[in-house]
Amino acid sequence: MTSPRAAEAIPAPRLGRPLGATRARRTLRRRLLSHPLAVAGAALLLAVGLLVLAAPLVGMALGVDSETQDLFARAQPPSAVHWLGTDELGRDLLMRLLEGGRVSLGIGLIIAAAAALIGTLVGLTAGYAGGRTDALLMRITDGIIALPRLPLLIVLAALDVTKLGVPEQWAHSPMLGFWRIAVIITLIGWTTVARLVRGATLSLREREFVRAAQALGARPMRIMFVHILPNLAGSIVVATTLSVGGIILLESVLSFLGLGIQPPMASWGNMLTNAQELIWSAPMLAVWPGLLIFLTVISCNFLGDGLQDALDPRT
Amino acid sequence: MTRFILQRLAETLIVLLVMSFLIYGLIGLMPGDPIDLMLTADPKLTAADIARLKALQGLDQPLINRYLAWLSAALHGDFGYSRLQSLPVWQVLAQRLWNTVLLMVLSLAIALVVAIPAGVQAAARPGSLTDNIINLAAFAGMSVPLFWLALLMIMLFSVYLRILPASGTSTVGVHSVADHALYLIMPVLSLALVTVGTQLRYIRSAMTEVLRQDFIRTAQAKGVSRRRLLYGHALRNAMIPFVTILALDFGTLLSGALIVEQIFAYLGMGKTIYDAVMGNDFNLAMVSLLLSTAVVLLSNLAADLVYAWLDPRITYR
Repeated sequence: MTSPRAAEAIPAPRLGRPLGATRARRTLRRRLLSHPLAVAGAALLLAVGLLVLAAPLVGMALGVDSETQDLFARAQPPSAVHWLGTDELGRDLLMRLLEGGRVSLGIGLIIAAAAALIGTLVGLTAGYAGGRTDALLMRITDGIIALPRLPLLIVLAALDVTKLGVPEQWAHSPMLGFWRIAVIITLIGWTTVARLVRGATLSLREREFVRAAQALGARPMRIMFVHILPNLAGSIVVATTLSVGGIILLESVLSFLGLGIQPPMASWGNMLTNAQELIWSAPMLAVWPGLLIFLTVISCNFLGDGLQDALDPRT
Repeated sequence: MTRFILQRLAETLIVLLVMSFLIYGLIGLMPGDPIDLMLTADPKLTAADIARLKALQGLDQPLINRYLAWLSAALHGDFGYSRLQSLPVWQVLAQRLWNTVLLMVLSLAIALVVAIPAGVQAAARPGSLTDNIINLAAFAGMSVPLFWLALLMIMLFSVYLRILPASGTSTVGVHSVADHALYLIMPVLSLALVTVGTQLRYIRSAMTEVLRQDFIRTAQAKGVSRRRLLYGHALRNAMIPFVTILALDFGTLLSGALIVEQIFAYLGMGKTIYDAVMGNDFNLAMVSLLLSTAVVLLSNLAADLVYAWLDPRITYR
């Protein structure tokens, strides 16, 4: 008869990858694939993404681009050259939509990633350090959550960046609108992930494997990033996927209000600004960009919801 | 309990004070300042005149001094004049605050009347056709860009059907409730439609959580009717988290009101904030932003209190 201690001493079989991980991943894939809306969302996102990436090819094939104006052919109906017609300055609508998609999707992904990074760092620090650090960080997080978003974003988007010491030539570059919007949405967007990560870290901190690592003398940094973080990857991915839709909506609203992406750079939001004035004569100009925002956002939400269900053992 | 309320109230006031300083600083970072605006109006002003005017108005002072001067004036009830309206800020805001409250309360009421029964039905039969349809509708409401929905409504009701006015708060020269109501229909409906989406999700998940619990099974075994089980036993408990989330989500409703007001040119707080920020109306921007922050902070405070009031299990030191 062997003692329990001896049984524990038997070395575990050495494998390239832990057996549990691959099985979990396979289960996850199966559960996700059995979620029809998530599959539809993923397929649609993939389609929009590929189309948007192929914008230059489409332009070459049709011989059109997103910037050439033709004031004699304003707001034209669809034709052989301009598949979706032209906008209020005679630019090709299809190309504007694809270029706008690059901006809107790009901004959605960049901000979501940046917000997830900040949120993870804040949440891990607050949850693992506890005490005063935790109280302070969570006060700030709650404070940001409690604020009225859009009114404050409008003020932030209207700031004169030269007063903050940004050089003149940057302040007037066309990319400023892009980066400004990316920074300000990130500034208020990290809170969801921070709270999520903090909550999970608080409970993981008390688990045996973390205690064991502490007893073995692992540094806090190593425990946070090597032992705790991998356990949170799933929830962070879900929260980030779910946030992309909201970010795209926020960007489109700000661009629509004239505070986000500045023309001539196209974004789905700012394409709708001029469309509002032409709604009586050229209604399709207002339909397409909004429809693309709607489809992209709903796909992100479907995918995020499916991932959440797939990761939640209760469902 | 009293101590808890006082403590939360004090916290809210401190946050509001910090926010007033931040907003004041941000407004100082907006393009131009009041004297620059005078310069564009009168090119004959010399550099010496400008320096003298800035000193006279205290614009050469450090930020903290200017803020303290503003704060002491504000605490005495003096919020300054609106540059665009040439009226005291309070006079501009009073009517507009009322317009926004009307818009938000009506949208919220319509959204709740739809969302609560639908959410309860969805949670009662998870996975059924009803649940799936309601789920899809909820996702659609959550994902539709509000400003695009508003544009589509203008297209339908004003361009094609020509039955509703496309924008404004009331017909010029007409002062009747019916006329005002006509202008409210599209703003209220569009805001309600996007609000329903999130509310459906909240109600459904709160109900699902409650329906899992033991007392529901007990009630079922006792032979309580289905209607009474859902609305009497389950919904009453699901309302606790729901009302809290509702109050916490007040800021989203306010942001939605801003978009709707902007598109329908409806004169409310949201449009005031936008116009004041865009039009360098510093006093009006400052007070309207602070007011909307205060409203949202107070609704968060209300969320805490309502939560404590609805759930007798919670006690406060």
